Amino acid sequence: MFEFCTDPETLDSARWLACYLTTGKHANFYISFGTVLLLLAITAPTALAFGFGGAMAARSRVWPVSWLGKAYIALVRGVPDIAFFLFFVIALDQAFEWVRHQVLCPDWDQPIRQGNDFVVCAAAKLPLSSAPQWVHEVYGFFVAVLTFAIVFGAFSANVLFGAMRAVPRAQLETAEAYGMSRRQTFWRILVPQMWVYALPGLSNLWMVLIKATPLLFLLGVEDIVYWARELGGTANPRFTAYPHGDWRTWYFLALLVFYLLFTRVSEIFLERLMRKLTHGQATTGGMAQAKRGGA
Amino acid sequence: MSCWQTIQDYALRSLGIGERLLPREDFTLCEQVTLIGSGLLWNIYFGTLALLAGFFLATAVAVGKGARNRPVRKLSEWFIFVFRGSPLFIQFFFAYFLFLSLKSHVAFFDPFTSAWLGALIVLFLNTAAYSGEIFHGALRAIPKGDVEAADAYGFSGWSRFRRIVWPTMLRLAWPAYTNEAIFLFHATTLVFFSGFPAWRQKGDALYYANYFADKTFNPFVPYPILAGYFILLTLVIITLFGLINRRLNRHLPQEARRGLRLRVNVIR
Repeated sequence: MFEFCTDPETLDSARWLACYLTTGKHANFYISFGTVLLLLAITAPTALAFGFGGAMAARSRVWPVSWLGKAYIALVRGVPDIAFFLFFVIALDQAFEWVRHQVLCPDWDQPIRQGNDFVVCAAAKLPLSSAPQWVHEVYGFFVAVLTFAIVFGAFSANVLFGAMRAVPRAQLETAEAYGMSRRQTFWRILVPQMWVYALPGLSNLWMVLIKATPLLFLLGVEDIVYWARELGGTANPRFTAYPHGDWRTWYFLALLVFYLLFTRVSEIFLERLMRKLTHGQATTGGMAQAKRGGA
Repeated sequence: MSCWQTIQDYALRSLGIGERLLPREDFTLCEQVTLIGSGLLWNIYFGTLALLAGFFLATAVAVGKGARNRPVRKLSEWFIFVFRGSPLFIQFFFAYFLFLSLKSHVAFFDPFTSAWLGALIVLFLNTAAYSGEIFHGALRAIPKGDVEAADAYGFSGWSRFRRIVWPTMLRLAWPAYTNEAIFLFHATTLVFFSGFPAWRQKGDALYYANYFADKTFNPFVPYPILAGYFILLTLVIITLFGLINRRLNRHLPQEARRGLRLRVNVIR
């Protein structure tokens, strides 16, 4: 990147470091921070949508739907979510391929599960084996996002379900007294009011989501953990112009600091948002704050 | 091979007792249940020891965070901030590579790079930080009247803390602390995915579940087995903590006793 980088062996330590930190591989490392932010930007609203769906289902009067919604919320409670991550990545992939297989190759007569193999016809493979590398990467990222959204959707469903029940009963009764239908009461009275109750839980969830992003590594995405391991490992002078010992401790220290800063900034921002939302809402705001203080 | 034989071979495999080679093909349901259950021993080991040791440090940190002495207070605040503000996954990686580089200088750090000690220390510090924050909140919620009554009875210093403040703190913090315990046990599944090597394939429940899923390419059997084990484990924890909760609240009138009301608060 810099002009003096042409011969690294002759440099003093400050310049050497400047050159070292701007190699092409390090650019990948910096881009992977963008991957993490992108994941957060896509997952947060998707998970919220999943959560909203789950909470609505759990409130449903039709018992199979409500049972399904409640099971979705309850499952995450007892099982480590890393297990969910590892499970969904394979399960989703196989589910997609299975559906495509049924649609695209109807006259395939062999079983799909043959012993330890999962065999679908070539046209049903996802992504197609002829697809370029970037399609594979995008598909992997897409599956990861979906996995995160399903798991965190269950968490946010729990928060939203609680928030919906926290809206004072009198508000809903008033709406009924005005002759609103169940649907109207839900969309016009319940949903606008529940956010103040949901925000403490949702901001907690946002912090948890930030801290779950390194698990992308387990889902096979080349994220910051992957590059920190890759770049930090002992660099042999035969293969690189910038040989160094085992620096993985330092790389992970950098990641640690990155996450500390990120969560701290989020915390400050969310505090401000809460203060702004509750400002002027003497009743609900006061109740939400009292609830937060008591929880 | 009968299921009984499998249990004899693999029930303690995660500790290195029994058959050395893991099954390689034609996995039976029995093998999967036995091996994943065997791995659960590690989860219980990590969770129990970290929780027990973390409990004492958490109390110290909670008191430290409320201390009037500025260095003590700052130290406790930073301890809690660092361990609660960063992902456990990164903490594991960092600790592992730190111990690895220390090992090359000082032979004393040799055992620290193994999961049984290194990961245990990280989990211990992590749970101490989370529980410390819970206890600190409870300390601030202790009714003023309780402390005043203690003063009136002539309690002071250590005996006031030991007899009045500490039991009340535990009583108030217990529901949240139960949650923390549940999620600590869940967090133990991260250990063997974060640098710490599973020496001779002695791993935890998720390690074996992942092994089977990789080998059979069928996630629909091992992961539900794992889920079943963890739901059982969670129920055991809730029962045990519920018993302690009953004892902590035994002096209160029946009406005022609060059952354990648990909230979802997920991983770190």
